[in-house]
Amino acid sequence: MTTTTWRDGKRSLWPLGLLVPTLPFMAWGLVAATGQGLFWWWGPFFAFALLPLLDTFVGADRGNPPEDAVPLLEQDRYYRWCTYLYLPLQYVSLVLACWLWTAGDLSGPDKLGLALTIGVVGGIAINTAHELGHKKDEHERWLAKVALAQTGYGHFFLEHNRGHHVRVATPEDPASSRLGESFWAFLPRTVVGSLRSAWELQKSASAREGRSLWSVRNDVLNAWAMTLVLWAVLLGVFGVAVLPYLVVQAVFGFSLLEAVNYLEHYGLLRQRTGDRYERTAPRHSWNSNNTASNVLLYHLQRHSDHHANPTRRYQSLRHMDEAPQLPSGYGTMIVLAYVTPLWRRVMDPRVVAHYGGDVTRANLHPSKRAAYLARYAPAVLEDAA
Amino acid sequence: MKIWRCQQCGYEYDEAQGWPEDGIAPGTPWEDVPDDWSCPDCGAAKSDFDMVLVAA
Repeated sequence: MTTTTWRDGKRSLWPLGLLVPTLPFMAWGLVAATGQGLFWWWGPFFAFALLPLLDTFVGADRGNPPEDAVPLLEQDRYYRWCTYLYLPLQYVSLVLACWLWTAGDLSGPDKLGLALTIGVVGGIAINTAHELGHKKDEHERWLAKVALAQTGYGHFFLEHNRGHHVRVATPEDPASSRLGESFWAFLPRTVVGSLRSAWELQKSASAREGRSLWSVRNDVLNAWAMTLVLWAVLLGVFGVAVLPYLVVQAVFGFSLLEAVNYLEHYGLLRQRTGDRYERTAPRHSWNSNNTASNVLLYHLQRHSDHHANPTRRYQSLRHMDEAPQLPSGYGTMIVLAYVTPLWRRVMDPRVVAHYGGDVTRANLHPSKRAAYLARYAPAVLEDAA
Repeated sequence: MKIWRCQQCGYEYDEAQGWPEDGIAPGTPWEDVPDDWSCPDCGAAKSDFDMVLVAA
């Protein structure tokens, strides 16, 4: 195949990612059309019910661009606009929600449903910020911070690039989940750990550059300042009544991102070689080729290639045969992650199989170590016999 | 001798030190580091990942 004959089969699909920041508008329209307040919950319904259904029926795509097509694909600005446009839509939706929360027509449950719908927009905006924050272009990195302002997760930008990408699939990484660790145990550990990590990374960066920690060049503080300004303006315009909903959408939004973190490296471990960990390889990330969720999440599910080539743009990310595969797309897997027994039933055997039955090679959650060794050790003996 | 920094994670490759763990001898200039070599800290590829000159 050559550059001239290859065409990106997903090219015309990428603008569909912009459906996500319009979910609140869809909710508004559906409520108006049907009179059913239940549709204010459209965002979570879309993410946890429709998307899994779409993944099941649309299926998977393992297609990769040929290497000689990649330089042109990377330069094509059309793909960038598909991500940039997320931001204006995201913030128009947020303003709409603030207006709806205070206009006086919505019941309590309606307002909560709308807050979760806005939370889905803010949570997936962290994915958009992730795509932009890895780029070398200063403007794109700035846009990443803007996208993070809604959820107050500005520190993610620094922690993810300099922390997570270095410590991925090791027990030291707050954003890599361990075998036996439930999502509900992982959530506080990653939220607190990532915050601490971001601050430590900024501290050493400031020291290296000979700058005060308390400066506008502090990437944690300047990103948080955007949240402060945004929320202050919204509170100023719509009143303090929007504050509880802003908090709910932010917490739900960043928890959605952390659910994605949870499933990307569950149980996977880089082995130690001397005093270092082995290099990050495709076998250290879970992947999925489900087309529907890949289109909505800019190929985030082709996660192994992302770690190997973090500045590579989403349209060029490749499926890798040697990478472990999730049984479904992120939409379905997040629902499983919320229900710990289901998650363990589906994922634990896959982690154990990935390590050829030897759980000691997995990233084992310390408090579950004994239980998992007892549970999976006999299987190894049986196999051996 | 120059130092090159990984834009992704901040790792620094010092030509004077090389990276003997991967058989890259001290004094190896950046051009002679194999194209399939990747950042020892974050795994970012050399080809995909421009290392920027931080000191000469």
